[in-house]
Amino acid sequence: MGKTLYEKIWDAHTVGMLPDGRTQLFIATHYLHEVTSPQAFGMLRDLGLSVLHPERTFATVDHIIPTDDQSEPFADPRAAAMLQALRRNCAAHGIRMFDLPSGMQGIVHMVGPELGITQPGMTIVCGDSHTATHGAMGSVAMGIGTTQVRDVLATQTLAQTPLKVRSVRVEGRLKPGVTAKDAALFIIRRLGVKGGLGYAYEFGGSAVEAMSMDERMTLCNLAIEGAARCGYINPDETTFRYLQGRLFAPTGAAWNEAVVRWKSFASDADAHYDDQVAFQADEIEPTVTWGITPAQSVPIDGVVPDPADAPDEETRKGMLEALAYMKFTPGVPIKGMPVQVCFIGSCTNGRISDFRKVARLIRGRRVAAGVKALAVPGSQMTARQCEDEGIAEIFLEAGFEWRRAGCSMCLAMNPDRLVGDQLCASSSNRNFKGRQGSPSGRTLLMSPEAVAATALTGRVADPREVFHMN
Amino acid sequence: MPLRHITQVSGKAVPVPGADMDTDRIIPSRFLKCITFDELAGKMFWDERFDQSGRPAGHPIDSPSHAGAALIFGGENFGCGSSREHAPQAIRRSGIQGIVAESFAEIFFGNSTGIGLPCAAASHEDLAAAMKLTEEHPELIWTLDLERMQLRSALAAFPISMPEEPREALIRGRWDAIADLMNTAEAVEALSARQPMPRAR
Repeated sequence: MGKTLYEKIWDAHTVGMLPDGRTQLFIATHYLHEVTSPQAFGMLRDLGLSVLHPERTFATVDHIIPTDDQSEPFADPRAAAMLQALRRNCAAHGIRMFDLPSGMQGIVHMVGPELGITQPGMTIVCGDSHTATHGAMGSVAMGIGTTQVRDVLATQTLAQTPLKVRSVRVEGRLKPGVTAKDAALFIIRRLGVKGGLGYAYEFGGSAVEAMSMDERMTLCNLAIEGAARCGYINPDETTFRYLQGRLFAPTGAAWNEAVVRWKSFASDADAHYDDQVAFQADEIEPTVTWGITPAQSVPIDGVVPDPADAPDEETRKGMLEALAYMKFTPGVPIKGMPVQVCFIGSCTNGRISDFRKVARLIRGRRVAAGVKALAVPGSQMTARQCEDEGIAEIFLEAGFEWRRAGCSMCLAMNPDRLVGDQLCASSSNRNFKGRQGSPSGRTLLMSPEAVAATALTGRVADPREVFHMN
Repeated sequence: MPLRHITQVSGKAVPVPGADMDTDRIIPSRFLKCITFDELAGKMFWDERFDQSGRPAGHPIDSPSHAGAALIFGGENFGCGSSREHAPQAIRRSGIQGIVAESFAEIFFGNSTGIGLPCAAASHEDLAAAMKLTEEHPELIWTLDLERMQLRSALAAFPISMPEEPREALIRGRWDAIADLMNTAEAVEALSARQPMPRAR
């Protein structure tokens, strides 16, 4: 019997069994950011420990960074203190930090792949749940907590128990105007917000194989929103083409050897899966969330659902709570709802291809009056590309604010946040209560194309109609 | 560094009902702007407990009858969302020593185990009964017993479950893995030598 990529990487990185029965797993690459690492360095200091493999550790600053004025010191002294702590800790332990002046700073889940540090066959961890993003490269990548960050800093290993593997296939071709984001939201709705508990998701099928690396990263990024701690895609020619020439990718003879090795990690044809599900790509429509979990979504032509139709009591309660928070009424079409804020960015959809696609659509058009529209490239590299290609200018001419790289309005740790009960069309990943910074702020998750269509009309809009896609 | 053997937790309980209690609700991200966990004491579930002007919203956590609770009773998929260890840290630093819920998100569960905060699962029906009992009798003392895998009080007892490895780790005082992980330096270095390392051109 063959093995899955997950099993192959797990086996290749197993140090041994710990006395409590857990596996000691070697971590090939460790990413740090300013929010979940300072306490870990504090623990190291308390225990008198050092960093075992600083050369396998890479840091950047993303969550707390202002995206308008980045001159220092920041207006927020707590944000400034967190950045200083990261600088101090990295300098003290010889860890490479992609800091603001480096030209390589950005959201940690964009920086790693863009620089080619994230490679197939690796175990990758970071104190951030969206670490699953890196699985798009054919690696096993998971979010960890701060005590585990300490463990990896001190020992380059973690105590882990293996996940089960579910094959999630999307077959056929996505319809025009339907994106990887829509596919991810669709899968989460079908499998449930906790459907992935205990699983790693192997995404496959012809629709996934046809996706670009940026799209694959969007899909894997959202694995955790369906409770799967890691999501991955088997490495193929698309993966290798993406990696070739990147700063940290191997070159020359080492490149050829690496490709052979990387290919060997792909799941075998006769691999055993603990579970398998398959969807048809043409079932998927542009999708928008209406509630307070990423599974509470409907196709763009749908209506806010009625709790009376809930399959069980627990679901009904969850729907009632969501409706009360969102101030929505069952039966009302999601399309046409007026929004106040539109956000394109985040580790889910803040990549170069997201901005290229949207720029083509909005060129020469204007954001609706009264709508605050933010375009936030996820990394300095992406920002530079957008500026060089004239994309930034298109966004600015359309009435978007063009910002600097960071997590921005995905979460409320920097100045970009909702006010009061504003409704926000967002290309990010979480619509939890209060997620975008106001305890009563409301988030509608959707693709960047749908956010753009919504920004131009001021109301939740179907990108296929606004941009005449078919 | 010897660790406590966590075999049982006893005390009053407080219900935090609802499915998908995410980490943003357990500790809103504005509280994450800190470089130590010390400031998180007392901040758990802040936006659930207080309205935007800071007035108590009547959450059971703030009811005098539940004051000093050592256990939380929760719903399905407790701790879903982000990997922030700030969530279990805020809970533990607010005096909670154990959580019984229908199910737990994985990262939250691992983070909790790693700081010696046991998370045990019970059935929907049993948790509903336990929540009802603790609402009717807030002074009732519950024991989360990891040896007998039971949640019990003077009025009722329910079976609980937990995967074997974390249960062992808690009971045997190995929940903080660092000592075990540091024991194998040679094997780690041998493995590291075989794993490619990305280097800048």
